[in-house]
Amino acid sequence: MILLVDLCYEKDSLSQYEFVHPIFDTLKRSGFSSEIRHFTELERRERERFDRIVLTGTALKDNDFAERIDLFSWLAECRKPILGICAGMQVISAVFGGQIVPQPAIGLEAISIIRESALLGEPREIEGYHLHNYGVTLPEGFLLLAGKPGEVEAFCHPARPIFGIVFHPEVRNRWIIERFAGLPF
Amino acid sequence: MKLGVLFSGGKDSVYACRRAMEKNEVACLITLVSENLDSYMFHTPNIRHAKMQAEALGIPQLARPTRGEKEAELADLEAAISEAKERFGLQGIVTGAIESVYQATRVQRICRAQDLWCFNPLWQINQVDYLRQLVSEGFWVIISGVFAYPFDESWLGCALTEERIRILEGLQKRYQINPSGEGGELETFVLDGPIFLKRLNILSSSKTYANFRGFFTINGLQLVDK
Repeated sequence: MILLVDLCYEKDSLSQYEFVHPIFDTLKRSGFSSEIRHFTELERRERERFDRIVLTGTALKDNDFAERIDLFSWLAECRKPILGICAGMQVISAVFGGQIVPQPAIGLEAISIIRESALLGEPREIEGYHLHNYGVTLPEGFLLLAGKPGEVEAFCHPARPIFGIVFHPEVRNRWIIERFAGLPF
Repeated sequence: MKLGVLFSGGKDSVYACRRAMEKNEVACLITLVSENLDSYMFHTPNIRHAKMQAEALGIPQLARPTRGEKEAELADLEAAISEAKERFGLQGIVTGAIESVYQATRVQRICRAQDLWCFNPLWQINQVDYLRQLVSEGFWVIISGVFAYPFDESWLGCALTEERIRILEGLQKRYQINPSGEGGELETFVLDGPIFLKRLNILSSSKTYANFRGFFTINGLQLVDK
């Protein structure tokens, strides 16, 4: 069972259709079960029920989650596979010592995968959908998987199955979500 | 949050409006009336009747003309959104975009420039499931235009039903068409639904069709109490 952490500004918001349901549907169609929880309502006991975790994106103007990073401190000790998408990547970066920095981008752009990984595969160029006002700096020790040091597109933890991607895989790159759900950890 | 819905009167803008009404206040509908039948951004068949649909929904409409030229229509859209923001105190815009990165990207950019939230509550929805949802929730949708092979004249003016959805599902598998028509294959017009305070009744209409391209033009329309 996969936990989808809804990072939108309120529970059951209008944004949920856009940033959470497409991931839920992608997982469902690939045979993976998931449940949605808003980031403000996650109890430790409940978190333990899930095998892996996806932190979703938010609307362009929605940065409420970044004011509540303390609610995500549990990620630092979590040993389960984690995928952070856009806002979710910003959360992972902040929890592991990186910074959230202004870096606006909207639309389809070329993404350079520069390092082989279980999630994104071999180095190559793909097209990804950007929708963010903020990007991240690479937390110390994390590996850059795509983009460049000043423009992090994707990263991973050096030893644990923790991934962040700034573009939205639910648009044109659903294979990334499916691959994360099926990765043997 | 007070929202404005980009409104063409087709099923996608109507259903996006429904979802927005369930979560927030829809303060106005914003309609761009394009003179270009091949507009990149705006639904065109029967767009003049969006005014009566707004009345049926009981929501104020702000309608503005656009010549519908590729990038100039974006400036017209931004001007209309800016005007609606001021007049209705909008905090956000809602669109019926499903897969179109072209549409979504441009509206997102306008919203950022106008300091408005942008919502796309149909984004990436499974199109066949969505069509079934429309029918099961009681939306009365008709096909008002066809613009691709293999749609024949029988589609013009017909209602979206389970039978038609099954055909669209088959066409998706065989020809890779978008069953919701977002790729420009077909256009729709909504006559009734659960968010309509009154329904619309077509009094007169006409059809033009040639080479897999046709319009069902509504000439006379009236509001009917429900």
